[in-house]
Parts: sequence; structure tokens; C-alpha cells
Amino acid sequence: MGYELNFGALLEYQDVLLAGLWMTVKLTVVSTLLGILLGILGAAARRHRNPVLRHGSKAYVELIRNTPFIVQLFFIFFGLPAIGIKMTEVEAGILALVINLGAYLTEIIRAGIDNTPKGQIEAARTLGLSSRQIFIRIILPPAFQRVYSSVVSQCIIVMLGSAVVSQISVQELTFAANFIQSRNFLSFESYLVAALLYLLLAFLMRLIFNLIGSRAFSREEKQS
Amino acid sequence: MSLVSVRDVHKYFGDLHVLKGIDLDIKAGEVVSIIGRSGSGKSTLLRCMNGLESYDQGAIILDGMEVSTDEFQVRKLSQSVGMVFQSFNLFPHLTVGENIMLAPTLIKKTSKAEAKKLAQEVLEKVGLGDKFGQYPEKLSGGQQQRVAIARSLAMKPKVLLCDEITSALDPELVGDVLKVLEQLAAEGMTLVLVTHEMNFARDVGDRVVFMHQGKVHETGDAKTVLADPQTPELRQFIGAVL
Ligand SMILES: Nc1ncnc2c1ncn2[C@@H]1O[C@H](COP(=O)(O)OP(=O)(O)OP(=O)(O)O)[C@@H](O)[C@H]1O
Ligand SMILES: [Mg+2]
Repeated sequence: MGYELNFGALLEYQDVLLAGLWMTVKLTVVSTLLGILLGILGAAARRHRNPVLRHGSKAYVELIRNTPFIVQLFFIFFGLPAIGIKMTEVEAGILALVINLGAYLTEIIRAGIDNTPKGQIEAARTLGLSSRQIFIRIILPPAFQRVYSSVVSQCIIVMLGSAVVSQISVQELTFAANFIQSRNFLSFESYLVAALLYLLLAFLMRLIFNLIGSRAFSREEKQS
Repeated sequence: MSLVSVRDVHKYFGDLHVLKGIDLDIKAGEVVSIIGRSGSGKSTLLRCMNGLESYDQGAIILDGMEVSTDEFQVRKLSQSVGMVFQSFNLFPHLTVGENIMLAPTLIKKTSKAEAKKLAQEVLEKVGLGDKFGQYPEKLSGGQQQRVAIARSLAMKPKVLLCDEITSALDPELVGDVLKVLEQLAAEGMTLVLVTHEMNFARDVGDRVVFMHQGKVHETGDAKTVLADPQTPELRQFIGAVL
């Protein structure tokens, strides 16, 4: 192999790299939180008694799941201004990520909800809880727990997918790698480092989600 | 005046005529056992009494309220009627204490401290005072069912509907649950039980309602009816279960 690796040359650009990494972290945190919220609302809409909400939610999921993410992103950033909706690169990137994650999570969370034993809902009704209280207090928590690992995987997929928003010049990790290799032509090193950083992020995300999960879903006896 | 009054109630599931004109009056403090073969409409009748199931004709008045499946009405009814199910239906993500405190705090706006006291009280009553912080999955079926009873009692209902609440239990756990019911009966709680426990129906129950093909086929004082059934159908049914 005649290629000599030169990671040292990347040090010069470590600020760029770290800024990119930080942006990716921010994109991920914001879109994960909002995406989960959207997924819950989408799933709630899917079983709402109002048919407009039900069908609207289904249409939303189908639309997003059957179109490429990059097209969704371009539509939001380049398309929407044509009808007067303008936003910054970062705003457009986050919006696209949230909408995308929300659609997949709607489907995932809905599957968890569908497995709710009917008797539990009846017991809750018998106790006098309203439909909304039943959804929030009785249906959602165990449903979310049932599909938690799928939710986590989907959030990680979206973190990785956030690389695509470099295409509208959001200065995140992939953008940084592109930038660096365009300067020093060290494509191999630049992208390898970026890949390792993504790997690290994915690992950390899983770790954090697992910590949250094991606390939130603990069935250890509670002291009163 | 009766606490529950069922007047000529008919119920269809599609083409299936499940309840064919039920008339039934239940007085406060009465313990009524509904018996009958599988598919005779026992559960359906019970579920119509608290608005879990709609009916197509007739009227059910419970504690002065017309029973319907309208959400607002069901919520209002929940202050007067409780229900315990064959499958316990505890909320798995909540501790025993939280299961019990949920409805009083949400529906009756009872303060947390008061609800806690109430929960502890009803738990003691069913003999599970030490399980407050435990999760349902850690309890035996019999214990879960007693928690379910306690959860209903915390809403201080005037009548408790029980649909085969011992049928899913291992035989050795049935006694503990029946003991709780017996104690409730002794305290004057109005109980409507769908049950296969003939001994319980005879010894603790006041009245037996035998359902057959969607109708009240025979009814009367528990001891009399079970000792001396008048219809061949009830005679046959008793012969089959005893
Ligand atoms: N949700 C439903 N949809 C359609 N048919 C139903 C439904 N629930 C009950 N049925 C039918 O209505 C009839 C009466 O059912 P019900 O559950 O009231 O009987 P039951 O007396 O409680 O029987 P079991 O002793 O088996 O519990 C049965 O034929 C049953 O199949
Ligand atoms: Mg039944």
C-alpha cells in the first residue's frame, strides 16, 4: 500500500471538526426530543375519534416514509420559500429531521399502542378516566416501553441521517469533513475520523437512552 | 327504591340477539349472583350496567342515573359503580399504591396525602397492606385481584360489579379473594357477581339470577333457588357445575 496516513494534518482543523460535531449533537438532541413528541402526537391522532386527524396522520406517515429524506429537506429549504416560508439552514435542517423522525416514530409507537390489553382501557374507563387521561396515563407509558428499543434505533438512524443536512450547508460533522478534505485533500483521513465520531455518537446515544430507559421503566419496589 | 334497575333491556351484537328483555332490580346492600351457561349473556348484562357496553332497547338506571356509553355519563357513573374483571387489569407501569391512588386523585381531586392514606386503608382491607410500593407483576394472581378490588373500593362505589373474578386464579388462591368479597358483603356493600362459585352464591349471596339464552330464566332467594330449582334448565345447570 503506497498511501501514507496523515492524521496529524487534521489537527490543524480540529476546531472545524469540533464545531461540526457540536452542531450534529445539537441537531440530534433537538430533533430527537421534538421527533418523539411528534411521534406521540401522530400515534394519538391515529386513534382519535376525529377521522380528519386519523387520516391526516396516516397520510403524513405514508408521505414521509415513501419519499427520500434529501428531497424532503430540499423541499423545505428550497421549495417552501416559493410560497413565502423562509428559514435558516439550521431551522430547515431541524424541521426536516423532526418531520422525518416523527413519521417513523408515529408508526413505531402506534404498534406499541395497538398491543395495549383492552381490559386495561376498560378498567380505566370504569374508574372514570377520560379518553385523554387514559391515553396519557394508561396507554402511552407501557406502549412506549414496549417499543423503546425501536424508538432508540430510529433516533440513532436520524442522528446518522443528519449528515444529509450538510447538503444545505448546515455546518455539522459531515460538512466539516467535506470542508477539511477540500482543503487538504486528505479524504481518507477526514472521512474516517468523521465516521469514527458518528460511531462514538451512536454509542453514546444508545448508552444514554439505556440509562434513561432503565430508570424510567424500573419495576423495583418503590419505598413510600 | 332500587339501586340498580334494569328494564326490558335488549342487546344485539350485529344479528346476534344477546339480551332479550332483561328485567332486574337490585336493592342497596344486596348480593346478587348471576349464573348461567357460557354465552348466556352474563358478562354483557354486567357490562351494560356501567356503560362499557351499549344496549339497544330498554333502560338501566343506576343510583338515579341513566346508564349509557357516553363518555361523560360513564365518568359520572364511575362514582357510583365499580367493576372488577376476570383478568385483573392492573396498570403494569404503576405500583400497587399508584394503581389505587390514580382515580381518586384524577377524578375526585383528592389530595396526594389523602389518596395515599385511602390507598393504604383499602389495601389493609384486602390484606395487602405491605404491598403499597410493589409492582403488579411481582404479585400472585390472587394478590393482583385483591389489589383490583381495592382499587375499585378507593372510589367508594355504591355497587361493585364482579365478572368471574376468581376464574383466572389457581384454585388455592380463590379463597382469599372470596373472603374479601364476603367481608364486603358483611359490611353492606352491594355486589353483583357473575360467578361459577355455587357455594359462595348460596352461602354469601342473597339472590341468584339464572340466565339462559339472553333471558332471566329463573331468579329468587339464593338458598331456595339453588336447593330447589324450578326449571329443568337450572336443574341441569346446577347438576353440571356441582
Ligand atoms: N363484543 C362482542 N361482539 C360480538 N359478539 C359478542 C361480543 N361479546 C359477546 N358476544 C357474544 O354474545 C354472547 C353473550 O356473551 P357474554 O360474554 O355476555 O356471555 P357470558 O354469559 O358472559 O359467557 P361466559 O360464561 O363464557 O363468560 C355470546 O354469544 C358472545 O359470543
Ligand atoms: Mg362472561
